[in-house]
Amino acid sequence: MSDYTAAGGHGAVPTTGVPSDERGARRSQPLWEVFVRSRRGLSHTHVGSLHAPDAHMALRNARDLYTRRQEGVSIWVVAAADVVASSPDEKDAFFDPAGDKPYRHPTFYDVPEGLTHL
Amino acid sequence: MAPVQTQSTDELERAFQDAVDADGRIEPRDWMPEGYRRTLVRQIAQHAHSEIIGMQPEGNWITRAPSLRRKCILVAKVQDEAGHGLYLYSAAETLGVDREELLDLLHTGRQKYSTIFNYPTTSWADVAAIGWLVDGAAIMNQVPLTRCSYGPYARAMVRVCKEESFHQRQGFEAMSVLAQGTPAQRRMAQDALDRWWWPSLMMFGPSDTDSPNSARSMAWGIKRFSNDELRQRFVDATVPQAEHLGLTVPDPDLRFDEATGHYAFGEIDWTEFATVMRGDGPCNRERLAHRVGAHEDGAWVREAAAAYAAKQAGRGAREAA
Repeated sequence: MSDYTAAGGHGAVPTTGVPSDERGARRSQPLWEVFVRSRRGLSHTHVGSLHAPDAHMALRNARDLYTRRQEGVSIWVVAAADVVASSPDEKDAFFDPAGDKPYRHPTFYDVPEGLTHL
Repeated sequence: MAPVQTQSTDELERAFQDAVDADGRIEPRDWMPEGYRRTLVRQIAQHAHSEIIGMQPEGNWITRAPSLRRKCILVAKVQDEAGHGLYLYSAAETLGVDREELLDLLHTGRQKYSTIFNYPTTSWADVAAIGWLVDGAAIMNQVPLTRCSYGPYARAMVRVCKEESFHQRQGFEAMSVLAQGTPAQRRMAQDALDRWWWPSLMMFGPSDTDSPNSARSMAWGIKRFSNDELRQRFVDATVPQAEHLGLTVPDPDLRFDEATGHYAFGEIDWTEFATVMRGDGPCNRERLAHRVGAHEDGAWVREAAAAYAAKQAGRGAREAA
């Protein structure tokens, strides 16, 4: 039975004997990151990604994929290749400047007992 | 503090495991053990394949749904399955694999999908039974995955689970209508339960008490409960529902065990599971051939869209110049 030590979400699938590290040439259509504003007054939030040949198709596909139940009133799609991100390898150094400045938070300060509006 | 780049693999591995043990989340560009990455690629991709192939058994009944109401519901449900597949392929791609590559692995049979979709849907009651039982079993598996250690998979599962509960309820409702209908409809409902019960229990996979893979997946925070635990939960939840419907679960050994507070049930035929997984189930060839055919039939649409995009991009560049 060990060939079928199964894990899965929608039913057991094999955990051995299937390839899991194919990294050939990229042939897919461009990848787009999708951001949805769930209602007016809130900002757009990242919900996932999809493939589409161009921005207009990406927008239409995003509507069908991410707002089938009225989850949004506005959608942004951004070419994934255009996203500039900080590197997790440098995260400690990158965010270090904020690390030693607790005085930026109101909780850093003592407030005398009984005083309000401070 | 020393820069991260100089950390040894041991240190990286320890930091990774500490994060997982503290119920933290691993995100796409974080360092992760190669085995963790591979396990996730395999699991998420095959989960996605299951959703995509899973459109077929029910899609078979769209043109023959018994009413407009049922037809609208079924179209929405099948469309959701496509959506689930796409959320999952996106999550898999955050691990550095390409979508087309994953589709190739499905189309050539090198990666698998859930055995449950290799059974035929021979009557309308099968659509009801799939929603109730197959999606019910999927929910048991998927809810713990919303807390999986890999962020993109967990987030995809949150969306999937919200939609899956509609799937289960519409199936149970359709089953109730049949169970309360004419004698012929009751027979259809019972027949569907008879055929889908055991394959649904197989969806949780063989007992994983002896599996090193399962133990590793647990340590990595990918898996939270054993296959047997989840199967037991499903049986405990579903048997009272079958009783409510007035239908009989096709297991002579099924009984409620007062001592444990759980239902005890009969032996599962794992040879059948292995046969279907190997490719010799009732519909394996048909399902895969249909999928490959649909992909090939859509090639001209993808080519046309790519040509249009290239033309528009060219026009934009000329106007900017």
